Amino acid sequence: MTELAWIENALTSARPQAMGALLRYFRDLDRAEEAFQEACLRALKNWPLKGPPRDPTAWLIFVGRNAALDGVRRDSRNTALPPEDRISDLDDVEGDMAERLDDAHYRDDILRLMFVCCHPDLPATQQVALALRIVSGLSVREIASAFLVGEKAMEQRITRAKRRVAEANVPFAAPDAVERSKRLGAVAAMIYLVFNEGYSATSGTDVVRASLCDEAIRLARLLLRLFPSEPEIMGLLALMLLQHARSAARTDADGNAVLLDDQDRSLWNRTGIEEGLALVDKALRHGRPGSYQIQAAIAALHARARTPEETDWEEIDLLYQMLESQTPSPVITLNRSVAVSKTHGPETALQLIAPLAERLSGYFYYHGVRGAYLSEIGRAEEAREAFARAIALARTPAEAAHIRQHLDRLAVKNRVD
Amino acid sequence: MLYAILCYHNEDVVMSWSREEDDAVLAKRRRVQKELVDTDRMGPAIRLMPTSAATTLRASGNEHLVLDGPFAETKEQLLGFYVVDCENLEEVVDFAKRMKEGESVTFEIRPVQIFEKGNLPEREPSAK
Repeated sequence: MTELAWIENALTSARPQAMGALLRYFRDLDRAEEAFQEACLRALKNWPLKGPPRDPTAWLIFVGRNAALDGVRRDSRNTALPPEDRISDLDDVEGDMAERLDDAHYRDDILRLMFVCCHPDLPATQQVALALRIVSGLSVREIASAFLVGEKAMEQRITRAKRRVAEANVPFAAPDAVERSKRLGAVAAMIYLVFNEGYSATSGTDVVRASLCDEAIRLARLLLRLFPSEPEIMGLLALMLLQHARSAARTDADGNAVLLDDQDRSLWNRTGIEEGLALVDKALRHGRPGSYQIQAAIAALHARARTPEETDWEEIDLLYQMLESQTPSPVITLNRSVAVSKTHGPETALQLIAPLAERLSGYFYYHGVRGAYLSEIGRAEEAREAFARAIALARTPAEAAHIRQHLDRLAVKNRVD
Repeated sequence: MLYAILCYHNEDVVMSWSREEDDAVLAKRRRVQKELVDTDRMGPAIRLMPTSAATTLRASGNEHLVLDGPFAETKEQLLGFYVVDCENLEEVVDFAKRMKEGESVTFEIRPVQIFEKGNLPEREPSAK
């Protein structure tokens, strides 16, 4: 690995903590960002000459803070602070700094940094864009290409979001237990949005998209390190690891979606699966199942099955019922119907989803899944209608192509019959 | 003499390596390991899962405390480790509890990500 790559990795991994501390110090996102930028520039200049500091994060906070103060002082014609190239020699200064960054403090710093991106007035895509800019440090150009919008438009979107956040005035005092757990929940949801933005691939190029999944996983890992006993954060990380582990098998060479049952399971990433399973195991010991944990447990059952036939659909059905009782939603019932069709047949599954028709009439998957059940029991004409509606609602060419495969199969099947 | 070489690194930095960077590091180390592999002197090589998968078992009075996360104290020193094959976390926690019975030792339990068993022949323990 080149020295530059090492430094860039160190800067990326230090970013959330350093930005969190600088935000607490300056109480202003733009100033914190400028200070961090300046510190990074100085690191790129200094570290190759002096060697990496013992604690890169503390160095960046210290230098970033001084650089910003320096600017203020220069403006008021005061004496400048000592240059940072001496700081990395001053071990005691660094040690002192590191000590002041005690765990509890920086835990809330990072949580606050993530939380400011989750303002409820911000639409989901803006939360994601802001988090990618502020917490992950992606460039506006990278974020714009992930969302398939122009750089200028994304710049404006982020500026507006920042203004919103500044107006929201998130308090800087250390949060109490209730507030902390509220923030954790909002941040977990935001991280899962980042992941889904990468996973659902409704727009943007695949490479950029996949990196959003990696980024979401990195953020969840960070969050779990700060809050090691939160089973829902374990569940969130496990869920994303297990889903992401299947990514190589989710599309074929032509970019078409491949259903779980048809996926080449040897393409699944075992490392991700093993870690996901370990985390599910760990979370379940707490006996406080929440939505992420249950979804992760479902993903774990799929991951454990070496062939589709080995899948424990009864257990999956039970887990979906748990999920339904915790957060009733037609989409969850729709998902449960897949398990029901495996255990009790497509007729029963159709009965289960019949009451959802109105609420899910504009939902692509509803018509796709319904079409599949109808086709399985030979109601070809109705199946064709359902598939046609699904195609009309498809958001991507891949989704439409996938339904066309169903239609092709239906045509073949009818000829054979 | 048998030696254990323990790896310490900043987890955030290692996790930010790309697949290629990670492979390059492992490949470089394997080239060095080869001289020991070829002469039957390479023991098990292990990469642990990230600390977020860790569970720690420590004594508090007469009770065992099972805590999430890695062992974070600096007063104690790393004195040894076991590699065991268990069905799940519950089984390994139970096993560890029974092993530490009556001791004030802390056990940190970490799932293993990579395990290469090596080719070291079994040998008598060295005299104490």
